[in-house]
Amino acid sequence: MSSTAVRSPLGRRGDAPPMDLPRWDDRRSIRSRARRRLRGSGTFVLATVWLLVVLIPLYYMLLATLRNQGTYLTANPWVPTGHLSLGSYNSVFAAGLGRYLINSAIVTVVTLILLLVFCLGAAFRVMRRATPASRNYMKLVVIGLAVPIQAIIVPVYLVVIKLGLYDSVTEAGVILVLCATAVPLSVLITVSFIRDIPAELYDAMSVDGGNEWTLFRNLVWPLSRPVLATLAIYDGLNCWNNFLVPLVLTTSPNHALLPLGITKFQTQYAYNVPVIMAAVWISMLPLLVLFIGMRRQVIRSLGGIALR
Amino acid sequence: MADLVGLGPITLIYGAFVLVPIVGLLVLSFFNWNGLGTPTWAGLANWRELVNDPTAGAALEVTLKVVVLSWLIQTPIAMALGLFVAGRGRWRTVYAAIYVLPLLLSTAGISLMWSALLNPDLGGVAYLYHTWHLGILNQNWLGSLTLALPVLIVINSWQWIPFHTLLYQMGRRNIPGVLYEAAAIDGASGWQTFWHVTLPQLRYTIVTSSVLIVTGSLTYFDIFYILTDGGPGNETRVLSLWMYQQAFQYQSFGYAAALGTVLAITAILAAGLILRFTGFASLRSQQAGIA
Repeated sequence: MSSTAVRSPLGRRGDAPPMDLPRWDDRRSIRSRARRRLRGSGTFVLATVWLLVVLIPLYYMLLATLRNQGTYLTANPWVPTGHLSLGSYNSVFAAGLGRYLINSAIVTVVTLILLLVFCLGAAFRVMRRATPASRNYMKLVVIGLAVPIQAIIVPVYLVVIKLGLYDSVTEAGVILVLCATAVPLSVLITVSFIRDIPAELYDAMSVDGGNEWTLFRNLVWPLSRPVLATLAIYDGLNCWNNFLVPLVLTTSPNHALLPLGITKFQTQYAYNVPVIMAAVWISMLPLLVLFIGMRRQVIRSLGGIALR
Repeated sequence: MADLVGLGPITLIYGAFVLVPIVGLLVLSFFNWNGLGTPTWAGLANWRELVNDPTAGAALEVTLKVVVLSWLIQTPIAMALGLFVAGRGRWRTVYAAIYVLPLLLSTAGISLMWSALLNPDLGGVAYLYHTWHLGILNQNWLGSLTLALPVLIVINSWQWIPFHTLLYQMGRRNIPGVLYEAAAIDGASGWQTFWHVTLPQLRYTIVTSSVLIVTGSLTYFDIFYILTDGGPGNETRVLSLWMYQQAFQYQSFGYAAALGTVLAITAILAAGLILRFTGFASLRSQQAGIA
């Protein structure tokens, strides 16, 4: 076997082989492949069982949205028979789900923009050589990684009150807190990604007479784009689905985000399960569409985040 | 100038909403504050209350149960599924894609979905009981003293196993194939290969995943708040929920800050212990001996 082929999967950190490259076990002997297939049947059964465990509740929920309050109670909830309708979707929008959708979309987009700008800024600093000050700075950032947001939510609430951002019409409190709590992991990942880029690139460009702006445009921006995309998916998911921050920092029903909003439906429509299920289903739908559109990138992003 | 542009805004926001609250948490635990007036000095009163509060003790116990059971449930299943989907074949990518679906739902959505499914009168599981007359399906899933906590932990696992499956999938894909070649040449059986190649090579992934499960499950909040609000009795009242209730239902912010401090310290200690205990720092050479 050639030494280059062996070495490439063992490369530096951050140099993991792309998922689609053929791997060494492709070349196994037929005998061991047969043995492997036998061994795999146990895991195959488990994998299929888990597939059902994932799909059955989702199927139940989807089917429930196609009933109305009456048929949900009388029809078999596991089989799509009888009268099916989309009425629960109408009801859920009439009850104000649209407002929550808009709130969630605005908060997620604004939070992501702020966050990605921060990460770019941090990446830029790292490209311009780490100083002792910026190294200490990273230590401060790591502290935030160790302390969970749930633990500090009480003083966060206090700060937001003091700044007059509680339950604000602009959702500024929610946005800033979501952003701040996402900073540690996001900045750390961006910085560790950018740090792996050789300094020669930067030197070469400086020698060529590049100023700060050309450095940023021609080096930092193109290099950080993939890691920023990864973060956008991960942090976007966390924003969209966050429950605790809007719960603590807002009080008017109009300022709730989707997860909090759909639990308000639960109190309001306790016995109208189809409406509640429709609300849950719609709150997931935008993410589902995105996921179907960019499945590969999403899987790589979620899995890659923690391994960095 | 570059410093200011690069780090200025982030410092402001991160400082105000993370660093100040971290310090504020500790400070506030020495004050009495009802959320409206001026906080007054309380000395060690909140901490004395913490030691004497039976609910806090129960909450700590419930929280530790959640952590241990979550790890025990999530780790083996996620590892098995991750190793499975790391293989090749079109249907494995289909499986992998479907596995991700729970990650797209919010915890709130998942809670509402399962509460509809498990409703003892009208839920889908109750329907199956009435159809099949299977007594085991006739339970008050979220209202029973013995079942509520395990059911919530299982629902939480349903949500998070997909994420850890992804981690193990990535971890398995980063294991150099030469190791499996060598094992095959040595005539190793499937289990031997798993024990002597896959498992040791995955230790980095196992540590990462374990730290995330432990720190994550210490702070699970949403599902307990939405589905049981701590009940029945104190059976599902985790530390983060008790802290929330102290602050936002009983307006005892100082005591809540003391509970929050315990939560923060537990989270840091747990992560630190796992990292030290597993020698994470020396894992740099996890692939030593191959190259």
